[in-house]
Amino acid sequence: MNKRLSWFVLLMLVLGFAFLYGPIVVLVSYSFNDNKLMTLWGGFSTRWYPILLQDEAVLTAAKNSFIIAAVSATFATVQGTMAGYVLARYRKFHGRVAFSGMVTAPLVMPEVITGLSLLLLFKQLDDVIGWPDRMGFTTVILAHITFSMSYVTVVMQSRFSVFDMSLEEAALDLGARPLKTFLLITLPIVAPAVVSGWLLAFTISLDDLVITLYTNGPGSGTLPQLIFSKVRRGVDPTINALATLIITLVASGVITSHILMTRSEKRRQRDIQLALQINK
Amino acid sequence: MASDVPQQTSLPLGGQIRSILIALGFKPRTAVILVPYLWLTIFFVVPCIIILKISFAQTVIAQPPYTPMFGPESVPHDQLFDNFKRLFQDSLYYKAYLNSLNLAFFSTLICLLIGYPMAYGIARCSPSTRALLLLAIILPFWTSFLIRVYAWKSILSKEGVVNDLLLGLGIIDEPLLILYTPAAMYIGVVYTYLPFMILPLYANLEKMDLSLLEAAADLGCRPLKAFCVITIPLSLPGIIAGALLVFIPAVGEYVIPELLGGPNALMIGKVVADEFFQNRDWPMASAVAVAILIILVIPIMAFQYFQGKAQEAPK
Amino acid sequence: MAAERAKAEPSTQIWNDPNAQPYIRIENVTKKFGDFVAVNNVSANIYRGELFALLGGSGCGKTTLLRMLAGFEQPTSGKIYIDGVDMADIPPYERPTNMMFQSYALFPHMTVEQNVAFGLNHDKTPPDQIKSRVDAILDMVQMRQFAHRKPHQLSGGQRQRVALARSLVKEPKLLLLDEPLGALDKKLREATQFEIMNIQDRLGITFIVVTHDQEEAMTLSTRIGVMNNGQIVQVGTPKEIYEYPNTKFVADFIGSVNLFEGNIVEDEPGHVLIESTEAGCPIYIDHGISAAPGAKVWVAVRPEKMKLDKTKPDDANNCAGGVVKGIAYMGNMSVYLIKLDSGKEVKVTMSNQRRAAEHAIDWDDRVYVTWHANSPVALLS
Repeated sequence: MNKRLSWFVLLMLVLGFAFLYGPIVVLVSYSFNDNKLMTLWGGFSTRWYPILLQDEAVLTAAKNSFIIAAVSATFATVQGTMAGYVLARYRKFHGRVAFSGMVTAPLVMPEVITGLSLLLLFKQLDDVIGWPDRMGFTTVILAHITFSMSYVTVVMQSRFSVFDMSLEEAALDLGARPLKTFLLITLPIVAPAVVSGWLLAFTISLDDLVITLYTNGPGSGTLPQLIFSKVRRGVDPTINALATLIITLVASGVITSHILMTRSEKRRQRDIQLALQINK
Repeated sequence: MASDVPQQTSLPLGGQIRSILIALGFKPRTAVILVPYLWLTIFFVVPCIIILKISFAQTVIAQPPYTPMFGPESVPHDQLFDNFKRLFQDSLYYKAYLNSLNLAFFSTLICLLIGYPMAYGIARCSPSTRALLLLAIILPFWTSFLIRVYAWKSILSKEGVVNDLLLGLGIIDEPLLILYTPAAMYIGVVYTYLPFMILPLYANLEKMDLSLLEAAADLGCRPLKAFCVITIPLSLPGIIAGALLVFIPAVGEYVIPELLGGPNALMIGKVVADEFFQNRDWPMASAVAVAILIILVIPIMAFQYFQGKAQEAPK
Repeated sequence: MAAERAKAEPSTQIWNDPNAQPYIRIENVTKKFGDFVAVNNVSANIYRGELFALLGGSGCGKTTLLRMLAGFEQPTSGKIYIDGVDMADIPPYERPTNMMFQSYALFPHMTVEQNVAFGLNHDKTPPDQIKSRVDAILDMVQMRQFAHRKPHQLSGGQRQRVALARSLVKEPKLLLLDEPLGALDKKLREATQFEIMNIQDRLGITFIVVTHDQEEAMTLSTRIGVMNNGQIVQVGTPKEIYEYPNTKFVADFIGSVNLFEGNIVEDEPGHVLIESTEAGCPIYIDHGISAAPGAKVWVAVRPEKMKLDKTKPDDANNCAGGVVKGIAYMGNMSVYLIKLDSGKEVKVTMSNQRRAAEHAIDWDDRVYVTWHANSPVALLS
């Protein structure tokens, strides 16, 4: 088998990555453009950053986004973990098919439909029980929990399906009750998956625009909503600066966690090697 | 030390509560199932029923702005499907559906044509390079989708990088109008959803048994032919998963047409929003949304089916 | 050997005492998974201080039976009593049993010490006692110096010892071991077998071991229950199982055996005479079985209980002529494959008391296979 890639595959890789990263490079470089008409290069400048960081509306929207993302990711992680556990463990119960369908459907449901249907639900609820009165934090968070818990469920289901059941049985056997077993054994072992599930839910919530547009009200506008309204009106150099900040933040987070994970895996492998050698 | 007699008499309080609940036929596992089950019923199933219900109503100037399902003011039976009939009669609607399906279909095709060689290339790299390239594919997914679409807005504009480049190279004399054309939307959709195509393809190609290709070569099959008769058929599940992951969200796409397609782009996701927010026609907006769902029901079921198979497989 | 140990200490042959109370009573236990019957109407009595082995191939139901004793599975029907208490409604965490898992099931996020202390923490043992008991048990399995390691930093043998320590530290009345030595290599396995026997002697805990390895079962246990298709087909000491198998299955499953099909000609209290065309000679057995004359039986003779001669012996009974078709040299012994005149092939083993070159028997030699009248067992099924 020739290990070398053909020139065609190599070319596609180069072009593909250029396609994926080109716009980001352009965006970042324009954020340092002195010219207000961002398509013309007017020399290097960082002047858009202070303007951005003094913009009250941007700061409020960012704060709203973080609150919504953190709260909804937390609830979504709890529910998604439960749903993933149920799907991986309980092979047979009444309504399992319906349940697994319900869990995965929001993943593939077009956002406009999810958004509109949730909005209609809230309006209907308001007519019937007088709640939620108006759209805002509560409704956005409820909506975000609903669609991001599906992502957490997928992550947790695949984690639980490779979980060695005998670990739980061993704990029960040694006298730990089921709840204790879950808290002391199951949860700590699947903790990395829970964390990545939370991060996924957090990112998805932070990034969401369409569902938020339908279910949010005045006073709790998120960062994507703000960017969307600004961008729709035209180009705005502070958005470039904002985009650069977000990209830097996310990229450094993802890359750091990748490095940390690779390192701990390497250390683990070394430990295993060492353990084997000592015993020989 | 475990005691001789099971401690039936001196159960702690928690144990007593537990035994009472169990005696009532309520097991802890029921609670674990019930919480997410109820949540999804209230916030996913019920909204779907509501949207279906409203799609049969007619708009009225009232609060709520549609006719009730039952009672004297409800829609007469012969007018129940009026909203859906309008979808076929009014060119605004069916053109929007056709445009959206077109956009989704060709974007999926382009994603496959770009994504397949890339996924193939990554899967054939050494493990360390592979991890790095995979990270590079996933990274854009973690960064804001909106920002990445916005980036194209300036790149494709009349004074943008693309035109600068083409003018500078002397390929064109006049700046091209790309922004606010269908081409811009295709670029936006392909750009946004390319990782969704590559990842399932990669997952499939990576675990493919290379000895199959060796066997084919051994039996006298040329590399290109081996690729066509072995690699592609075997990667079909990956192709299907990737295509569905691109196609389904692309049909209902709202943001990309809104930002890159310009004011005249007639896309179905936009029609829903306009009907609801601009015209305040809830029944029509619901009918348009229900129709999207009807179109997508087969792709969604297909995806669920393949997803289910993939989940059961590694056991 | 365990069998010898049992003989040396008659007190351990408690199962022969009609007044003894069984410690574990398994009564007509059946377990079904859907349509599949994993355990089929099994009954057994196991006594205090025994090391009882459940032996059988994969899928014979031995692990399911063990899991029902631990409480991870509920019998579909039948009862399990431990020390006279019906276990039906008792969850695993309230049973006086502990289990050592085939995969060891060490908690990967806890150190060796924490793993071992886990059971004591859930027992309301005072903290100072926990520490001393964990140290003592780790000393016993010689793992004290690894107390602060995590499972992935241990070798297979070390993990196995930690798992054993963890299941012993609560001093359960009944210890269940699921293929305890399965994951170890041969040398380590032999050493550990004797370690387990020592611990069992010292602590006097009742052990039930599930294994597919007949050698392991023979070495370790006081008694063996041989399982097949969800049923226990024979219970007995290793010696009884080997020397007096009650069915063709047991005879064939434990060790290697030659089986001759035949019919009973004479059945007296003191002897049986069997006519067998497969053997090509009358078979005389010096103990009686109770079966009608003419009944079909199978005669089982172990290869090491057969002898090869080049000259025809005087006695016409228990003597079959044949030709050497193969010789496998195994070091301490050689296995001879003999094709009898009837066409039946038998295996005969002879220990190599002298150097192989001096052996007189060679390929294609005409030989006579003989055995003593007390060697064969006649089996009705």
